[in-house]
Amino acid sequence: MVMTTHEEKMRTVRFRVAATPHIVVNSDICRASCSIHACVYVCPANLFVPLDDGGILFNYEQCFECGTCYIACNQEGAIRWSYPDGGYGVTFRES
Amino acid sequence: MSVATASEVFDVIVVGAGPAGSTAALLCARAGLKVLLLERGEYPGAKNVSGAAFYGSAILNELIPNWWEQAPVERYICRRDIAFMSSTTSVALDFHCAAEGYTTPPYNGFIVLRPRFDRWLAAQAEAAGAFLLTSAVVDDVLRENGRVVGVRVRREQGEIRGKVVIACDGVNSFLAKKVGLQREFHAHELSLGVKEVLGLDPAIIEDRFRLSGDEGIAYEYLGAITEDVHGGAFLYTNRDSLSLGVIGQVSSLVERRKRPYELLERFKAHPAVAPLVRGAKLREYSAHLIPESGWTMKPTLYTDGMLVAGDAAGFCLAAGLYLEGMNYAMQSGLAAAETAIDACRRERYSARALSGYRKHLKQRNVSTDFRAYRHAPAFVNSARLQNLYPEVVASGMEQLFRVDGSAKRKILPLARQLMRQYQLKPGELLRDGYQVVRAYLW
Ligand SMILES: Cc1cc2nc3c(=O)[nH]c(=O)nc-3n(C[C@H](O)[C@H](O)[C@H](O)COP(=O)(O)OP(=O)(O)OC[C@H]3O[C@@H](n4cnc5c(N)ncnc54)[C@H](O)[C@@H]3O)c2cc1C
Ligand code: SF4
Ligand code: SF4
Repeated sequence: MVMTTHEEKMRTVRFRVAATPHIVVNSDICRASCSIHACVYVCPANLFVPLDDGGILFNYEQCFECGTCYIACNQEGAIRWSYPDGGYGVTFRES
Repeated sequence: MSVATASEVFDVIVVGAGPAGSTAALLCARAGLKVLLLERGEYPGAKNVSGAAFYGSAILNELIPNWWEQAPVERYICRRDIAFMSSTTSVALDFHCAAEGYTTPPYNGFIVLRPRFDRWLAAQAEAAGAFLLTSAVVDDVLRENGRVVGVRVRREQGEIRGKVVIACDGVNSFLAKKVGLQREFHAHELSLGVKEVLGLDPAIIEDRFRLSGDEGIAYEYLGAITEDVHGGAFLYTNRDSLSLGVIGQVSSLVERRKRPYELLERFKAHPAVAPLVRGAKLREYSAHLIPESGWTMKPTLYTDGMLVAGDAAGFCLAAGLYLEGMNYAMQSGLAAAETAIDACRRERYSARALSGYRKHLKQRNVSTDFRAYRHAPAFVNSARLQNLYPEVVASGMEQLFRVDGSAKRKILPLARQLMRQYQLKPGELLRDGYQVVRAYLW
């Protein structure tokens, strides 16, 4: 299959999930002051789910650690970003 | 060995085992220095993504003669194809070169896969005597009296001392930011690349792309392929797979509210691309940022006890015709290593003692190339070049070649009509023409 859904794409990637999240989203800031929700569109892993109340539901487990959300978000303090512990997170085998 | 014995002092600590870091570590180790190479991935390359068309063969050949005979390379690049796309049409420039050095050693370019290539390159640094420590995230540098004197690894007893720290930690450049050498980036300065590796039988690849043996081809695409997002796309032939990806400027993905993986699907479905990828099967999806703005993203390159190289220093030439980062990463890694070697010989590690880095970067043609192409990124990321002109060219060719019984058009009247149709003004064309000249010709 050449054409694939996003779920199918993500199933090809290996993650070793760390016990603690390396990215934390402060949904209160999203709710209070963000109108663009940039993270929802740009994240290549589609990890930002917009909620009806303007907040964001985020799960770090299938993150590429690319940094795009951090660059795209223009609300100070909404995203706390770091790398996962050594050896954890995404492990590419082919790319 | 247990590297993290806190009392030990390394001559050089290199952070990040990408092409910049591993090359720097290799050269320092060969000079007899005690080198520690730190990598946060499970293995070098585990976190890394490129196309990857690697144009650093000649550079690497200086260090490891005939390196391609032992390294995990996919194919050497004997053809490059640059295509201008509209949604239905594609006009391509096909560059097939059999000149000396292209299809003969040292070969101008190779297609590689980073998790394999980076792992091999780091092993060469190890073979030269560098200590490689994987699964080690560096969180900060150690400072004493304002000088960088080592790094802090996220683990028990993670403080490791070194006389010179070389930050090769890639595009996000956290170490340089921590030390105040780099500022925060803006969304228009970075592009996001999303990529797929699609498995395909080698016999089919060779048939379909008219390749024999180890020959490979690199396709680059501009225009409607990314819809109205500033960016482009690529497709490279590996041995038994294809590497294909779409690159989009982060700010314009945000403005247009486009999801990168949807652009990737559109790219594969384009009539000029679909036949090339038919029957291939997804093996891995990946994503990574690219520093696109070259010269304007350059940090302060050194401070007391520390140097910055590779993507972390913005040394990635991403400007339409070029997407070259690995070769510049290596060249700047070598320049940093040469600087560190000088410093260790003279036992001086201050910013002043490290200022020779500028000279080494120049000798290695890094700063000269980036200065020469400093106008290219901004121009390439202009809407007219990204989207409009490729569309005009593709649509112009479509009309030029259409035979439907109506009167044949000559080129000049057609050009006039296209200018009207796309509302192109002569002044703008002239200005853009000048920009092309300024960006690429001199
Ligand atoms: C989609 C895409 C396509 C590309 N195509 C091409 C191409 O065809 N040809 C080309 O030449 N270039 C290409 N590039 C650019 C190229 O990938 C980069 O310029 C190149 O990888 C830069 O090398 P580097 O060693 O500076 O950084 P990287 O390769 O990013 O290496 C940095 C290393 O540091 C490690 N690291 C980071 N932070 C830490 C930390 N805190 N502690 C420990 N380790 C850390 C990382 O895990 C990584 O191994 C492409 C880039 C992308 C995203
Ligand atoms: S994370 Fe940033 S971009 Fe995303 S919704 Fe929150 S404030 Fe907006
Ligand atoms: S770092 Fe990249 S993959 Fe991870 S959440 Fe942010 S945008 Fe998504």
